[in-house]
Amino acid sequence: MIGIIDYGLGNLRSVQKAFELLGYSADLVADKNQFDRFNALVLPGVGSFGQGVHNLQRRDLFEPIKKWALEGKPLLGICLGMQLLFTESEEAPGVNGLDIYPGRVVRFSSKLKVPQVGWNRLEMKKDSPLFSGLEKGQFAYFVHSYYVVPEQDDLIVLESNYGVDFPAAIGERNCWGVQFHPEKSGKTGLKILSNFGGMYDEGNSGD
Amino acid sequence: MLTKRIIPCLDIKNGRVVKGVNFVNLRDAGDPVELAAFYDREGADELVFLDITASVEGRLAFLDIVRRTAEQVFIPFTVGGGIRTVEEIREVLRAGADKVSLNSAAVNDPDLITRAARQFGSQCIVVAIDAKAEKDKAGKWGVYTHGGRKYTGKSVISWAQEVEERGAGEILLTSMDRDGTADGFDLELLQKVSESVNIPVIASGGAGELEHFYSAFAIGKADAVLAASIFHFGKFRVKEVKEYLEHKGVPVRW
Repeated sequence: MIGIIDYGLGNLRSVQKAFELLGYSADLVADKNQFDRFNALVLPGVGSFGQGVHNLQRRDLFEPIKKWALEGKPLLGICLGMQLLFTESEEAPGVNGLDIYPGRVVRFSSKLKVPQVGWNRLEMKKDSPLFSGLEKGQFAYFVHSYYVVPEQDDLIVLESNYGVDFPAAIGERNCWGVQFHPEKSGKTGLKILSNFGGMYDEGNSGD
Repeated sequence: MLTKRIIPCLDIKNGRVVKGVNFVNLRDAGDPVELAAFYDREGADELVFLDITASVEGRLAFLDIVRRTAEQVFIPFTVGGGIRTVEEIREVLRAGADKVSLNSAAVNDPDLITRAARQFGSQCIVVAIDAKAEKDKAGKWGVYTHGGRKYTGKSVISWAQEVEERGAGEILLTSMDRDGTADGFDLELLQKVSESVNIPVIASGGAGELEHFYSAFAIGKADAVLAASIFHFGKFRVKEVKEYLEHKGVPVRW
């Protein structure tokens, strides 16, 4: 069973429906005491970094999520959920992120329109089981004004370009993040969610 | 590189797609969910559902369609038509829509944009602007509501800048002079608005030929193009539009 963390931000229903369509079981979770029910957690989210941290703390989910990831259990952050995995963000100076990975979240400084809204091309930087089966140069749907700059360069799995090269997906071992919305990226996104379900949702088989 | 988006728009009344749709291979071309799934397969980058129902029953049928679409279609979709309050926005977002489009309600109560953006984030607030050229004033456009019948007294450029300031994430700009004509987009209007704001502008009204799409991007500086009849009547397929654009050097998504 995959747990989709409900902390009052984001379109949780689409993520859940995508997993269900793929043959995996997924449920929303808003209570840390329920975490045991799940093999893997997804941290979705749209909105601001400060609001995200605030909501996680208010619902007593901040430390439990961090502990979950640091114990080696599977976690996938989507959009703001990916940014929250890092140390801090320009969007909310002085606010601490989950700091599972060291790094900063910075704003697009280009003369292009911000937020970036739409489909952008994905460039594979390293092989990773979560992103296996993606064809070269596929597209994903992005809506964001900020992007992550991990301290470790080799954390970057997929890269994209919007005036600047930025990480579209990061992660290793058990903890992953995607800046785009896999639940809104057509078959490319469904493939990634299917890989995630296949890797972690034991007892269920997707097709 | 960010690609330019092609967005089919479905008008829905009492839970059914209005305007004839000429497609073979669809069991029920009047079913918005089936049509949405079809456009997804065709390579549409996003979808817009416009509810043109006035009745309560029609409204409930519409919400049911939004719910069913969210279960089957995994590209972004925007919902518009008759949304007047933060509560109604919450309702369609909860049903699974990714964005809402506000039109008359935003004109009547501009603070709705501010409240909605603060509550749900700019990324899901699209403001639709219906523009009409002002007579005897070249290069000026007025904002209209009620299908172009009611002049609001607002100028398009300053209204576009105001909605951006208030937190709109995108502008859906329809030329009422061109809508339904198939004569091409109002490129001057499009370019002026695109250059006056720093949020994406979706061009609407006038698509009739392949080159119209190209000029909307190349000359009008649009970020996306919305079209209805050209796709519904099967004059061009989404794929054909994209092939043409790519051939002309416009980045598109496959």
